[in-house]
Amino acid sequence: MALPAYSTDPDPPPAAVAAPASVVAMPRRRRTSAARLAVGVRELAGLILPPVVTIGVLMFIWEAIAVGHPGGLPAPSMIWMDSRELILHPFFDRGGVDKGLFWHTLTSLKRVAIGFSLAAVVGVALGVLVGGSRLAHRGLDPIFQVLRTVPPLAWLPISLAALQQANPSALFVIFITAIWPVIINTAVGVRNVPQDYRNVGRVLRLSPAAYFFKILLPAATPYIFTGLRIGVGMSWLAIIASEMLLGGVGMGFFIWDQYNASRISDIIVALTWVGLVGFALDRLVGLIGRIISRGASAS
Amino acid sequence: MGKSYLSIENVGVTFTGRGVVSEVLRNIDLQVDKGEFVSIIGHSGCGKSTLLNVVAGLLPVTTGAVILDKTAVEAPGPERAVVFQNHSLLPWLSVYENVRLAVDQVFRGTKSRAERHEWTLHNLALVQMTHAKDKRPAEISGGMKQRVGIARALAMEPKVLLLDEPFGALDALTRANLQDSVMDIHAKLGNTVLMITHDVDEAVLLSDRIVMMTNGPSATIGEVLKVALPRPRRRLEVDVAPAYVAARHAVVEFLYDRAPGVRAAAA
Repeated sequence: MALPAYSTDPDPPPAAVAAPASVVAMPRRRRTSAARLAVGVRELAGLILPPVVTIGVLMFIWEAIAVGHPGGLPAPSMIWMDSRELILHPFFDRGGVDKGLFWHTLTSLKRVAIGFSLAAVVGVALGVLVGGSRLAHRGLDPIFQVLRTVPPLAWLPISLAALQQANPSALFVIFITAIWPVIINTAVGVRNVPQDYRNVGRVLRLSPAAYFFKILLPAATPYIFTGLRIGVGMSWLAIIASEMLLGGVGMGFFIWDQYNASRISDIIVALTWVGLVGFALDRLVGLIGRIISRGASAS
Repeated sequence: MGKSYLSIENVGVTFTGRGVVSEVLRNIDLQVDKGEFVSIIGHSGCGKSTLLNVVAGLLPVTTGAVILDKTAVEAPGPERAVVFQNHSLLPWLSVYENVRLAVDQVFRGTKSRAERHEWTLHNLALVQMTHAKDKRPAEISGGMKQRVGIARALAMEPKVLLLDEPFGALDALTRANLQDSVMDIHAKLGNTVLMITHDVDEAVLLSDRIVMMTNGPSATIGEVLKVALPRPRRRLEVDVAPAYVAARHAVVEFLYDRAPGVRAAAA
């Protein structure tokens, strides 16, 4: 839009004539930066428009269906009227469990941070062990393969029985959910360290510690981050579900609480919020992985 | 026996896997003098690389022994530096860091930090790679990677330099460039070199002696040819010299007449 404005008016304003050298250069540079801006805007629009249109169409269909069935799920317009407070003010805190979505999310995220960090540390360590030692692989892999198929919530009763308290149980469920993909991917990464890199380590007579830090860990990093990325997504799934059962604060509890209060609109807002946070977590771990393993996958 | 610098004595290698026993090498005897450039040539699958890996210590011998400078080879080590076929640079390290890793490892106790830095740069300069020292392996060409691989091996100050088809994956022009570089370096430093190749011209141009291997299984040395060409050898002058033509013919005759691998491999 800015482009034609510059091209139709190439004459510099009279005030600028006083400095001849810069007058010649200025309009040209402006035009190119304007052109670049236009290209940038067009690219951005190409990225943003399709999802916006899709969401708009889906909302419209939803609205049209929901208006015809007053007893069912609320229409988008209805949700906006019911839950405007919740959408616009995520930071309010009236004490107790009457808090904005931000505070519930923060509680859930704190739990995920603790449980997932533990899973990452223990998972990488076990993965290196299983990937590096054939004996450890034979002994542990069958156990891992069975345990990893146990659904997250199935761990909750047994962890409650063992730990007696809600919060540690939630942490344990996250830990046990997130650890399997970390272990398995790390093990694959360690086993897939190219023979060439191992030979380099052998010719250089690297000590086991030096080999671990200089060759094995960097070579396995892309695999480890694949595991971590799957793991963080799974812990987000697990925390919402276990909070529903455990109560207190947190997104899972909030959703269950609103269900008991029959505030369906609030649930839908919370679901959107949960989805966005999960998406952000996934991208965050992916980004960290890309930064750390820069170059490691290329050969 | 055993008086030369590098001595391969009656080496045999047999692999056993899943009940199948396959003898790859049998009765390999080879003496290499200090400063000598020896090529090993043969059809693919004849066990050339196995032999190099045995000298490197990456593979154990089944019979016989490899003795370097009066010491038996039992494990890999930097005094037998290998330039691997596919460069084997660590992709997460820069060119400088790849060489520096080797330098730090070998000269930790004998050189100061500043000296190790200098030595790393010196070896990169030797292969004309100073300009790319901060690049990662993925950012440089195949020929450049191989140069860095050579710099890394040279930086270990090996007693013998082992080249495992170092130029096999390169185009002809890049390969010629690198061959010239290797000749220059050999003339300058006088390294003892053992090179695996399947390129007849490369073998004749670079080597003092060419070791020709028979076809596997149970491959052994078929013939050893001395290349009677004076050094320094210049590519353009050498390839019309009678000695060059004769040596080339002898190797080709061995490979296609007395140890024809193509038909055997195709059958």
